[in-house]
Amino acid sequence: MPLDLDVIRALRVNRSAVERRAATIPTRRTVKKEWQAAWLLRAITCMDLTTLQGDDTPGNVVRLCAKARRPLRQDLIDALGVGHLDIKVGAVCVYHALVPTAVAALEGSGIPVAAVSTGFPAGLNPFAQRLEEVQASVAAGAREIDIVITRAHVLTGDWPALFAEVRAFRDACGRAHMKAILGTGELATLTNVARASMVAMMAGADFIKTSTGKEPVNAVLPVGVVMTRMIREYEMRTGAAVGFKPAGGIRAAKQALDWLILMKEELGDRWLKPALFRLGASSLLTDIERQLEHFVTGRYAAAHRHPMV
Amino acid sequence: MATVAKLFETMEYGPAPESDAPALEWIKQHDNGRFGHFINGRWAPPAEGQYFETINPATKAVLARVAQGGKADVDAAVAAANAAAPVWAGLPAHARARYLYALAREVQRHSRLLAVLESLDNGKPIRETRDLDIPLVARHFYHHAGWAQLRDSEFPGYVPIGVVGQIIPWNFPLLMVAWKVAPALAAGNTVILKPAEFTPLTALCFAEIAQAAGLPEGVFNVVTGDGATGKHLVAHPDVHKIAFTGSTEVGRIIRKVTAGSGKKLTLELGGKSPFIVFEDADLDSVVEGVVDAIWFNQGQVCCAGSRLLVQEGVADRLTQKLRARMEKLRVGSPLDKAVDMGAIVAPVQLERIRGLVEQGVEEGAKMWQPSWACPTEGYFYPPTLFTDVSPAATIAQVEIFGPVLVSMTFRTPKEAVELANNTPYGLAASVWSENINLALDVAPKLKAGVVWVNSTNLFDAAAGFGGYRESGFGREGGREGMWEYLKAEWEGGNAERGTRNIAAESDEPVPRSDFRVPSSGALPPIDRTYKLFIGGKQARPDQGYSRKILGPDGRVLGEVAEGNRKDVRNAVEAAHAAAGWGRGSGHMRAQILYFIAENLATRAEEFAARVGRQEVAASIARLFTYAAWADKWDGAVHHTPIRGVTLAMNEPVGVLGIAAPDDFPLLGFVSLVAPAIAVGNTVIVVPSEPQPLAATEFYTVLETSDVPDGVINVITGGKDALAKVLAEHDDVDGMWYFGNAAGVKAVELASAANMKRTWATVRGRDWLDPRQGEGREFLRRASEVKNIWIPYGE
Repeated sequence: MPLDLDVIRALRVNRSAVERRAATIPTRRTVKKEWQAAWLLRAITCMDLTTLQGDDTPGNVVRLCAKARRPLRQDLIDALGVGHLDIKVGAVCVYHALVPTAVAALEGSGIPVAAVSTGFPAGLNPFAQRLEEVQASVAAGAREIDIVITRAHVLTGDWPALFAEVRAFRDACGRAHMKAILGTGELATLTNVARASMVAMMAGADFIKTSTGKEPVNAVLPVGVVMTRMIREYEMRTGAAVGFKPAGGIRAAKQALDWLILMKEELGDRWLKPALFRLGASSLLTDIERQLEHFVTGRYAAAHRHPMV
Repeated sequence: MATVAKLFETMEYGPAPESDAPALEWIKQHDNGRFGHFINGRWAPPAEGQYFETINPATKAVLARVAQGGKADVDAAVAAANAAAPVWAGLPAHARARYLYALAREVQRHSRLLAVLESLDNGKPIRETRDLDIPLVARHFYHHAGWAQLRDSEFPGYVPIGVVGQIIPWNFPLLMVAWKVAPALAAGNTVILKPAEFTPLTALCFAEIAQAAGLPEGVFNVVTGDGATGKHLVAHPDVHKIAFTGSTEVGRIIRKVTAGSGKKLTLELGGKSPFIVFEDADLDSVVEGVVDAIWFNQGQVCCAGSRLLVQEGVADRLTQKLRARMEKLRVGSPLDKAVDMGAIVAPVQLERIRGLVEQGVEEGAKMWQPSWACPTEGYFYPPTLFTDVSPAATIAQVEIFGPVLVSMTFRTPKEAVELANNTPYGLAASVWSENINLALDVAPKLKAGVVWVNSTNLFDAAAGFGGYRESGFGREGGREGMWEYLKAEWEGGNAERGTRNIAAESDEPVPRSDFRVPSSGALPPIDRTYKLFIGGKQARPDQGYSRKILGPDGRVLGEVAEGNRKDVRNAVEAAHAAAGWGRGSGHMRAQILYFIAENLATRAEEFAARVGRQEVAASIARLFTYAAWADKWDGAVHHTPIRGVTLAMNEPVGVLGIAAPDDFPLLGFVSLVAPAIAVGNTVIVVPSEPQPLAATEFYTVLETSDVPDGVINVITGGKDALAKVLAEHDDVDGMWYFGNAAGVKAVELASAANMKRTWATVRGRDWLDPRQGEGREFLRRASEVKNIWIPYGE
C-alpha cells in the first residue's frame, strides 16, 4: 500500500500500559508437559539459526548448517515420536560473505539461507552499496534478506524517506523474502517502534524484525507487543499478513515459549508457523534440546551431551 | 508420546494445574476440616456448636466446616480484644513494628499455601492470588510495619482508638484482612475480624500466622459467621470502631445501627466506576485495561471499571477490538495457571449476574458474549459486553459485581465527566488519553476516591483507597489510612454515647414566633430584623416566623428568623451554585479569609459586647489560621511501585452542613466555617441555637469581605431539626454536628441515605485552646483525599 501519513501520525502507544501487558504474557499463559514439548518443537521450526560474528569462518558456518538439518538428537526424536515431522530450523542466518558456504551446506535440506544485508548492523553505508549488497546476496542464493532501516529516518520523523528506503530494498530483493530490522533498541520510544513498523509494512516488508542483536536492548516483550499489534492493525486495514521476528537475547526455552504465547494471543495461530514467525537465535537451540531431554527422561540435562551448534 | 506430534499441529494450551494437595492437607490437619473461632490466641469452638460449610465454587466440593459465630462468641472475642488493648497500645512503637514485620515475613513464607487456599475458597484464578493478592498482602504489612515504627513521631498527640471490629467481603478475602488489620494494629488497636461467610479460610490461616508471629493473645481475633455474626459485632458496646468493606446496602444498615453509638466508622462500599476512553487513547492498551478492569477477579471488584464511556468517533473500533480480545479470554479451573477468569464465588452471586444480564437484554441493550462455552460443573459466567446502553438502563446504574461491561458513548470531555459522575457511587475511575492536558483536567473533576490515568486497578499500601459519595468514607492505605485508626489524645476515653431518645425529637422544625417585649425609654430603639443569609443575601424565612433570643439575664436581645426545610433547600442550592469556590486558588481563598478577619477586627468592640473580647480575638486569630492554611493544605506524592506518580490530592468534600456548638457563639461558628471554606467547601451553617446573634451580625462582615454569594449560608432556628433536614438532604455531601446525643444519632441515622460523611459529636471542646479548636483535624474533616495514579514513560 502507499504511505499513509495520517495513519502513521495517528498511532499512539502508551509505554506503561504496554509494559503491564507484556509483563502478564508469561504469567497469564503457560504450557506444560506434552504441550510444552510440542511448543518447543514448534519453536525449533520457527528458528532462524544465526551466526553473525566477526570471526565467522566457513568452518563454523558449515557446523551450524549441519545442526540446522538435525537440530535434535535422534534418540530424542524417537522418544518424542516426531520422526515423521522432519523437524528442522526455519532458516540459517549469516553475513553475505558466508551465504555461498551456507547455501552449499544446506543443499537439498529445503532450509533457506537468510542474509543480513544493507550495511548490517548500523545500515549507514552508501545507499547504492546497500542496494547492491541485497542484489549480491540474492544472486548468491539467499532466499531471505534481513535488511536494516536507517534509524535516523525514524528519529527525525522522516517517514517518506523511510518508506522510500524500505521500498527500494523490497524491490532489490526480488523474489527473496524481506525482513525489515527496525533496531528498536535505538528508536527511543514505543510510538516510534509502532510508526516504523507500520511504514515498513506499507513499504512491502514481508516480516518486521525487532533487532540486529547488536543494539544495547534487543528483543523484549514490550516491543513485541507493539509490533504484533501493528501487524494486526495492518492486516485489518489491508488483509495482508506480515510476519514477525524477534531477535537478540533470546537464549532460554522459556523465552521462546513466551514469544510463541505472545504470537498466539496478539495475532493468532497462523503466526505460530515459520511462514509468519521466526525467532532469531543461536544458543537458544541448546536450551530447547535440554528441556526436551528433561521432558523425555525426567532428568535435568547437560549442554555437553547435545551436539554443539 | 504420540500426542506430542498431534499437539505440534494444534498448538493448543494444555492444562497447567497448580496442586491443591498442600492446601487440602492444611485444612484436614485442622480437626479434619472443622474450624473454630480464633479468640485470645487460641482456637475456640462456637458456643452454640453451630458450623457452616464453605465450598469450592469451581467444583461445588465442600472444603471445610467453619464455626457460626453467635453473640457469646462475639462477646468473648471483644472481651479478649479489650483485655489486650492496653497492653498492645502500651508497647513501644518499635515492638509493634517488629510484630507487623514478622507478619509480613510469615505471609511471604507461606505465600503459596495462602494463594492456593484463596483460589480454592473464592474461585479466583491462582495467577491473581499468586501474583497480586498475596504479594499485596505482604506489602501491606511491610508498609504498616513502617507506620507502626513511626507512629509516635508522625502522629504526635494521637492515640489508638481501642477495639476495632472489622467486617470484610469475599472478593479479596486475605487482601482485605491485610487492608483492615495492618493499619489497625500499626496504630495500636486490637481487632476482632469477621471474614465473609463464603471465604473464611485464608483469614483462619492468617490467624495461625499471627500465632506463629507471636502476636500477643487477644490482639487479633477472628470470629467466623454470616451477617448475624456481623450484627453482634457491630452492636457490641465495647467495640469503638467498625471498619466495613462490602455492599452499600449493608453499609447503610451499619451506619444506621451505629448511629449515635459513638463508634467511629469507615465504610468501603460499592461502585459503578467509569472507564473513560478518549479518541486519542492507545486503543490496544485500552483493551487490555478493560480486561484488567472488568474481567479481573470475574468482575467481582468494588472498583471494577464497569461502565465503559467511549468517545463516539472510536467507539466502533474499540468494540471490535474488545470482542476480538474477549474471544481469547480463557475461563476455567481457578487452579489452572493459564486461565483469565475462574468461578463466581457462589450460586447466589451467579443468579444475580444472570438476572441483571437478562434485564439488560430486556431493556434493549445489545449483549455480546464470546463463542466459546464456560465449564458447567462449577459456578462460571462468561465475559459479557453490552453496547447501546443508555444511562437510564438498570445495568448502567446498579452494581452487577460480575464480568459484565456496559458501554456508552460521549461526545465531549465535558459530557464524559457528566456521564462519569452520573451515579450515586464514587469509588474509582479510569481515564485513557495520550493528551496529558486532557487527562489531568478530567481527573480532578471525577467524583471518585481513586483515579487511574491510562491504567486501572492499581493498588498499593502507600496510597489511600476509598470512596466518595455512596461508595463510603474513610481511606485505607497510606498516611490518610492511618488517621482512620487514631484519635486525638485529648479526647480521652471512648464514652460518647447518647442517652436522649431520638423518638422524642420532632422531624419537622416546629414553627414558632415569639414577640418582643417593648423596651422602656424615651425613644424606641431602631428595629433590627435578623434574616437568614442565603446566596449572599439576607433572605426572609420561608414561613415568616421568628424566635426571640434571650440574654443570660432573661432580657430579650433580639429576634432571629425561624428557618425551615425550604430555607435549607434554598441554601443548599445556593451552596451548589457557588461550587466554583473550590476550584479557585488557595491564595484567593486565603485573601478572603484574611479580609473577613480584617472586617471582624474593625467591628471587634461591637462583637465583644456580645461575646466578650477573648472570643472575638480568638475568632480573628482563627480566621488567620485558616487563611494561612488555605494555600498550604498540600496533598502528597505517594511512593507507589510504579514508574510514575501517585498524587494524593486534598479535595473539598463539597457542600457541607454545619450545626455549630451552642457555646462560643462566634468562635464555634468561625472555627468550623473557616476550615471548611479554606479547603474549598461551601457551607450551610446553623449557628448556636440559644445565641445566634453573633452569627447573624456576622452577615454584614461577610457581605463586606468579598465572600462569593452562596459560599457561606446561615440558617437560624431550631438546631437539631435543621441539622436533621441537612443530614437528610441527598445533595449535601457532609454534615458536621456539635450538640447533644439525640442530635448526633439523628444526624448519623439520616446520613445513611446518601452516605454523607458525618462529624457528629457531643464531646465539648475548649474552642479557645488551639490544640483542640483548630488545625489539621478540621482540615482533614473538610477534605476528601483523591489518589490519582499517573504512570508515565514514553
